Amino acid sequence: MKEFIQSKDIANYVKNGMSIMVGGFLSNGSPENLITAVLDTNVTDLTIICNDGGYEDKGVGRLISAGRVSTLIASHIGTNPAVGRLMQEHKLLVRLVPQGTLAEQIRAAGAGLGGILTPTGMKTVVAEGKQVITVQGKDYLLEEPIKADLALLGGAIADEYGNLRYRGTMRNFNPLMAMACDTVIAEVSEVVKMLDPEMVVTAHPFVDYILVGGK
Amino acid sequence: MDEKVIIAKRIALEFKKGYLVNLGIGIPTMVADYIDHDQEVVLQCENGIIGIGPLSECTTELVNAGGLCATILPGGSFFDSATSFSIIRGGHVDVTVLGALEVDSDGSIASWIIPGKKVPGMGGAMDLVVGAKRVIIAMTHTSKGTPKILKKCTLPLTAYKQANLIVTEMAVIEVLEDGLHLLEVNPEFTIDQVIQATEAKLIIDNVIPMKGIEL
Repeated sequence: MKEFIQSKDIANYVKNGMSIMVGGFLSNGSPENLITAVLDTNVTDLTIICNDGGYEDKGVGRLISAGRVSTLIASHIGTNPAVGRLMQEHKLLVRLVPQGTLAEQIRAAGAGLGGILTPTGMKTVVAEGKQVITVQGKDYLLEEPIKADLALLGGAIADEYGNLRYRGTMRNFNPLMAMACDTVIAEVSEVVKMLDPEMVVTAHPFVDYILVGGK
Repeated sequence: MDEKVIIAKRIALEFKKGYLVNLGIGIPTMVADYIDHDQEVVLQCENGIIGIGPLSECTTELVNAGGLCATILPGGSFFDSATSFSIIRGGHVDVTVLGALEVDSDGSIASWIIPGKKVPGMGGAMDLVVGAKRVIIAMTHTSKGTPKILKKCTLPLTAYKQANLIVTEMAVIEVLEDGLHLLEVNPEFTIDQVIQATEAKLIIDNVIPMKGIEL
């Protein structure tokens, strides 16, 4: 049986300056209750890895708006005005990464790979300072793996073992992040006795703690 | 007719039966409204869905790549972001349609940043234009009179030499190795007006009236 935690327990797993991956795509599949729980602690100076900057009042954007984030690694930040404002004030460092590259860098970390070779970003600013490797006559960028201390997953339904399946498009980065972080906490809308093994997307050994709540 | 509708209707004629298509945000999204149902075109969204359907009342489970609530059509499926970009980068998407700030004579595209002014990020665009079999740019011909089809892009690139077709409210332009070929002109404009509104050199051999306009 997997360990089920309460919102207040999150204080045990977060600390200043840590790196956190947050699942979700424009907050769809983001763990809103876990984000609230992090906001209820005093942690700050976080490095956040997420597909995007969310919205000012929704998803991972709430951590950014509250000034808790010092570095954001994401593919898109246009939906959260707080990101641009904090960047201009030099309070937030943003590293923009092509979305497919970000997904593969996270997957690579979880898969024990030393990086991936991608044609994406060749001859653009994304390629600056990166190694170009030619394979079968074609040039690729070497993109290194990205891992983190903690993953906060959302959009899932769990069983009592801690297996997860995801709902609709809420899957996005969640299963990749589950394999790329030292500690993994999943927020689930529902717990069933046992998921059909054929339906399991994230197997329970990748999940450390589960918070039940929210949609 | 609204210039965006002209562009969307014309692009919808480019799809062949059974094509797998990714539509970007803005004018590209409007293309979906004009696709002939008999063509059985299947739409993919990079947040992890094949078979996205019309927008819907809000549920929390299913959004399109713009974060808007949507539906899934019969036969559709969900997947994670790594799979989604394997579909995109792996050459399994027949056509991607996206907007741009600038396109140049080489088919290079700039769409994700105006340094010092606007930094939305590249999202999935860099992967889409590199991976899709055919890249169609949907944009207004000029930005309030200032040409957007240039000899050389001035903004940071999304990709080098990846555009195949440019569709504007004035014209349809194909990008080939020897440059930009003017294929079709909206009868509301003359060829000279198109040349005037375009900084890049246009190769003009056999221009026909823009298709789809009478619809």
